[in-house]
Amino acid sequence: MFDALSDRLDRISTRLRSRGRLSDADLDEALGEIRTALLEADVELGVVRGFLDGVRTRLAGASLSKALSPGQQVIKAVHEELIETLGGEGLKITYASKPPTVILLAGLQGAGKTTTAAKLAKWFKQQGRNPMLVAADLQRPAAVEQLRVLGEQVGVPVFSEASDPVSVAAAGLAEAERLGRDVLIVDTAGRLSIDEALMDEVRRISGAVEPEYTFLVIDAMTGQDAVATAAAFHASLGLDGVIMTKLDGDARGGAALSVKGVVGKPIVFASTGEKIDDLEVFHPDRMADRILGMGDILSLIEQAEKTMDAAVVAKSAGRLLDGSFTLDDFLEQLGQVRKMGSMGGLLRLMPGMTKEMRQAADQIDDREIDRVEAIVKSMTTAERTDPTMIDGSRRRRIADGSGRSIQDVNQLLKQFREMQKMMKSMGGGGMPKGRGGMAKALMGRGGPDLGQLEAALGGQMPGGAGASGLPPELAAMSRGVSGDALGSPKGGSKNKKKKGGRVTPRKGR
Amino acid sequence: MTLAVVLAVIGIVVVLSLLGALVVRARRGAASPPSVATPEPTERPPERPPPASGAAGLAGSVIAPSESVSAPTEPAGETPTYRERLGRSRGMFAALRNLGSRGALDEETLGELEDALLRSDVGVATTDMLVGAVRQRASDGAISDGDGLLGALRAELLQVLDQGPDAGPIDRSLSSAVDAEHVAVWLFVGVNGVGKTTTIGKLAAREIEGGHKVVLAAGDTFRAAAADQLGLWGQQSGAEVIRGAEGGDPSAVVFDAIARAKAKGASLVLADTAGRLHTKVNLIEELKKIRRVADRDPGDVTEVLLVLDATTGQNALVQARQFSEAVHATGVVLTKLDGTARGGVVIAIQRELGLPVKLVGLGEGISDLVVFDPAEFVDALLAPDRD
Repeated sequence: MFDALSDRLDRISTRLRSRGRLSDADLDEALGEIRTALLEADVELGVVRGFLDGVRTRLAGASLSKALSPGQQVIKAVHEELIETLGGEGLKITYASKPPTVILLAGLQGAGKTTTAAKLAKWFKQQGRNPMLVAADLQRPAAVEQLRVLGEQVGVPVFSEASDPVSVAAAGLAEAERLGRDVLIVDTAGRLSIDEALMDEVRRISGAVEPEYTFLVIDAMTGQDAVATAAAFHASLGLDGVIMTKLDGDARGGAALSVKGVVGKPIVFASTGEKIDDLEVFHPDRMADRILGMGDILSLIEQAEKTMDAAVVAKSAGRLLDGSFTLDDFLEQLGQVRKMGSMGGLLRLMPGMTKEMRQAADQIDDREIDRVEAIVKSMTTAERTDPTMIDGSRRRRIADGSGRSIQDVNQLLKQFREMQKMMKSMGGGGMPKGRGGMAKALMGRGGPDLGQLEAALGGQMPGGAGASGLPPELAAMSRGVSGDALGSPKGGSKNKKKKGGRVTPRKGR
Repeated sequence: MTLAVVLAVIGIVVVLSLLGALVVRARRGAASPPSVATPEPTERPPERPPPASGAAGLAGSVIAPSESVSAPTEPAGETPTYRERLGRSRGMFAALRNLGSRGALDEETLGELEDALLRSDVGVATTDMLVGAVRQRASDGAISDGDGLLGALRAELLQVLDQGPDAGPIDRSLSSAVDAEHVAVWLFVGVNGVGKTTTIGKLAAREIEGGHKVVLAAGDTFRAAAADQLGLWGQQSGAEVIRGAEGGDPSAVVFDAIARAKAKGASLVLADTAGRLHTKVNLIEELKKIRRVADRDPGDVTEVLLVLDATTGQNALVQARQFSEAVHATGVVLTKLDGTARGGVVIAIQRELGLPVKLVGLGEGISDLVVFDPAEFVDALLAPDRD
């Protein structure tokens, strides 16, 4: 994985911090790091330049805040600039007064147009519309069949016929009018922006159906070429917006910034998975965090919502609140978490995780989690409810039962006690306040409120290589991880982390 | 990896996931964004649900694909060269070519060189390395003008592309060497939409022409109509296509294809797989299983080809790393190089992972798949504009 921008800025931030002010040289160095981070995220070079100018202006013009370190101010400026660039005016879908509202999808081969067409149909159906699909991709073998199958899955009719793409589109429109469908989604063949004949064809398709909305479907993994492609399609078709696909991978998705920067049209939808429901309205703020590599806690939460059993989670969360979280809950929760994917993948989405932690998490495979589960499962119900009753002979029995050593059992019990302690401190007592604080820490993102930003970003900044922006208890745990994983952390970093890393979430904001 | 680390990580994840649940509640309690339809938490569907089959008939006229699709035909004549195809894309490194006639050699020139590499998706680290090497040559006094600079860059690029891990030349041939008891299997892997099925279709025609008896395994049982797509390619090239039920076990399809090849005396099986992101743990596990099964007698996996889309940026490097780790890729097929994308990331892949490009896709026709030639590739990068 590429380094997150925050990691990069960490490296130069000690100096930035000691000055208390940004000198021109500091600024140049910071901008250099931002440039590298953006390029590694696949933002197009020209767009990177324009973007850096924007950040420079922001920093030069702004009065330096005492509340934030210079490094934090840089991150804040980058974040704001990203959101402004990515966001701007969104697109609100309005429906044609004379139905159907026609939507034309175009793009390169393999961007995901056909799948997106079906997902869009489903989305419109959920909005209470009666969509219809037109399969005008007569180029790729079996593309029509693919759309037909997907159409069946979402319960939306698919029109096609054996003629040419322009006639199919025109006939599809007539058919939609005849059937009284109010949204018509036209899938077209993938084409290269330099293929004159095919670009002319898609222009004629557009002329035949006069779409209300023309969307470019583009792969989130696209590199520098995103700009050339988007500009060419925009010049030919006059795009109204962009749909990004394959955002469920680990590509940073700099193409979003490139396309927005060049075409100036909003990214309307994001496709985040292979299932037909995996299409969501685009969130510029999340994309900004993603490009910066700052974790994506909201996506994580949504992933959790999709995969976790709500009842189990609610029960465990309830126990978390009253401090009676048991090893049984731990076991259940572990099962839930495992359903969501790899530990490494999950940690990647979490903000404030250091590179070392992500690496450590990446190395954990399922077998190791199995071993942990085996230890817990070798305990009796009574032991799981009250681990304090586990004495020497019980430890031996549990170790024998799970095939692990007594030390392993001890470690698990110790870790569990720490978890309990941590949860009590966060969950018990002043919960309303604490919860608000935690929520802010997790969700506070790039808004105008400096305090929130500090809480959310603080730990990633100067010296804060630890997992802060999280409560100190978690940061402590993470220190344990990186320390053990690396053998011995860099000299003095523990202290540094304590000082720089402990940014307790503001309470009750 | 000590248990303590495992436990600490698990602890963090478990705690944060629970906190996440609380945040969601809090968030839900507050106003929920009206325009976004967030699906309610439901029971988790299986990772890849089998497509609902046999759904009731729907309104609208739907026609069978065989009537409507004219499979891409292009006279299977001469194999296109890079330069002919790449000429379409207005050539590459336009900026660099303009340097050719420039006399002075300065930092500005090197900056343009750097820009050109970055714009071709070569990536920051590899670009720094290449520019650094050219700068070194220049400061050694070996370069005096823009032409010399182009030559130096060409040499550096070739050195990266041409040198195997043990400094020997790179073998870009596709191996189908197995004894009479076995059937050679080529497995095609990659993320969604890179062109795996199309690559197999083209390659089948090439191998049949080369005298192989080929069986195609429609191992993409997930994407709707993927097997139909491969079937149409099979019709064109005359290769038998073995397919299973949609949503079925891809390993079984591959195994059946191998058994079929053995029975009819075919020497080569080209196995398609569903596109999968390298981040999906379950799907990568599935892929590992496919490879294991394909390696079972009488199958013998001799090539695992990672198909990469030339438009992909730096994520291609991550893909290459992950797929190599999972299924030991033997080479890269770089597709869609006939567009404006430059595919420079393969230079980084070769440099960092030692994974060579073996084939290049230069168009949609059945003959538009050619053997990768680094000299031609680099020449095409640096060649003058054709139009």
